[in-house]
Amino acid sequence: MNKDRQQGRIVVQFIPLLSSLRKRGLAGWVILAGAAIVTIIAIMTVASPWISPYDPIAINVGPLLSPPSSQFPLGTNHLGQDMLSRVYSGGAIMFQVAVLSVIVCLAIGVPIGLFASYTGGYTDKVASLVMDSIYAFPGLVLAIAIAAMLGPGVVNMALSIAVVYVPSYFRIIRSQVLTIKELPYVEAAHMMGAKGRATLFSYILPNVIPSIVAVATINFADAILTAAALTFVGLGLPVSTPDWGWDLTYGRRLLTSGAWWVITFPGAMVVLLALGFTLMGEGLSELFNPRLQR
Amino acid sequence: MSLRSYIIARILLTIPMIMLLLTFVFLVARVLPGDPAMLHFEKQVDPQTLLKFKQQLGLDKPIEVQYVDYLMGLLKGDFGKSMQDFSPVSQQIFSAFPATLELAICATIIMILVGVVLGVQASRSYNSLSDHSIRVFGTTSYAVPVFFLGEVMIMIFAIYLRILPAGDRIYAGMTPTGLVLGDLQLKTGLFVIDSILEGSPEKLAMSLRYLFLPSLTLGTALCGIFIRLTRGNMLETLQLDFVTAARARGLKERTVVYSYGLRNAFLPILTMMGLQLAALLAGAVLTETTFSWPGLGRYLVDRITFRDYTAIQGVVVFFGLVVAMVSLVVDIIYAYLDPRIRF
Repeated sequence: MNKDRQQGRIVVQFIPLLSSLRKRGLAGWVILAGAAIVTIIAIMTVASPWISPYDPIAINVGPLLSPPSSQFPLGTNHLGQDMLSRVYSGGAIMFQVAVLSVIVCLAIGVPIGLFASYTGGYTDKVASLVMDSIYAFPGLVLAIAIAAMLGPGVVNMALSIAVVYVPSYFRIIRSQVLTIKELPYVEAAHMMGAKGRATLFSYILPNVIPSIVAVATINFADAILTAAALTFVGLGLPVSTPDWGWDLTYGRRLLTSGAWWVITFPGAMVVLLALGFTLMGEGLSELFNPRLQR
Repeated sequence: MSLRSYIIARILLTIPMIMLLLTFVFLVARVLPGDPAMLHFEKQVDPQTLLKFKQQLGLDKPIEVQYVDYLMGLLKGDFGKSMQDFSPVSQQIFSAFPATLELAICATIIMILVGVVLGVQASRSYNSLSDHSIRVFGTTSYAVPVFFLGEVMIMIFAIYLRILPAGDRIYAGMTPTGLVLGDLQLKTGLFVIDSILEGSPEKLAMSLRYLFLPSLTLGTALCGIFIRLTRGNMLETLQLDFVTAARARGLKERTVVYSYGLRNAFLPILTMMGLQLAALLAGAVLTETTFSWPGLGRYLVDRITFRDYTAIQGVVVFFGLVVAMVSLVVDIIYAYLDPRIRF
């Protein structure tokens, strides 16, 4: 019963929101633009095995460091790999790392945030202190430390990013729950006999979900940038995986020989993908917290 | 609450935070990998060499003893020993830190200048083309990896236009830490300050030439939040009565905007500077690597290549401590400037 009602409420919140995005002015358009960018890149990545002209990891498919031409529209790198094929398929790692890290963040940050802030008192104080000390740390440096200890790999990259972003979820959930739990309708629920868990999950959580969605989209963008950065400092995946981050890292050494195309296209893809998620996140936070932005 | 009791309370709150941070780094560096020494050798080492290696670094002791040693060492300014040559990490940290500090300061100046100027410009032309372009620029700056931006800057300014150096802090023939720098006397380690102290315009120009591109990269990558902050604040402030009154008195628009409007946006900008410090240091790690800037970030990335886990631990702790200290100072300045915060 409770579950139905809870799901009902979430659907009630989201459906009109999504269908009326275009009527919501700039914020709606911003979300749509971001979603369009992300969707196009996602489709391109999924379709890459069929649309790539060459094997993205096969070496010497063309001359070394050939500039963009009709045969290799985005040129080739120092291993003679086709950059167009690498651009098509290099996003897969980014998506995997980002999705995995968001899932881990949701699984850890949301329950801790809800429980600690709803319980209050000592639990809340301790949780806040722990989360604040991680939050204050330079995120990338911490992610580098964890990734260095865990070793390379998609899961390890995602974990090291997740540790850094859990506090963001915790903080936003905490601030929301602290306000919501004092609202009259929650009090009314208590009076009608709703127990702690029921109040938390069917009355408070549905109203926190929009903020969680907004943080998660920003988290996606940051995870992509952090994944690229981890690869850049040498904690990425082996050469055998097509990866925009890898191209950006190794293409840097080719700049002096004038090979601008090796970094430009993968770099532009990272920027586009991160921009897509950033736009979605910005639009969502503007819709949900109009007072925070203008 | 008086300012003094606020400062005391704030310091007392910082202590458990630092303890937690130190413990967290210790867990990540010593407990999480199982055996960092084994990891260093990629598991290809005979037991005797490994034992000797661990004894040199104090990694053979029980984990709780290591923890106490680590905390006691930090109290004395000891950030551990490098796995590569057993030299103290603190030495390396302190010789690399001035370069990072110089880059961070210069990037902050650029970040604030660009952010505030563009933010003010956007708010003055609210909802016009220039407002929208500035907002798009701001949002895009969040999405650009700082090292990619650096590579693009190198491509434009160093490779095609050939007007700025592509990296490094000084030209070949000078040593980064020695005194050869055209015999520049290193007093602070910040080349800009040192060359001013020496009264040498050529050395100053040289230092700035090498400093400019990395700082511009880092400053541009982080200016987005300041554009938004300034724009939002100015839009609100410029509608207030005292601004209208200033205009009515016939003051120049520039005076109204910059000395009346912007003054009100100052405190939020200061707070944001404190909050952005962590992002600034993280960005510095990548910027330094892109531009071969011999600072702490490049030292950290270097250590990763050598699997030097004890040195990585030392540098990470140092970064954490710097951020904790600076946020403490920023909060105290903030409380001093705005008494409301103390209550």
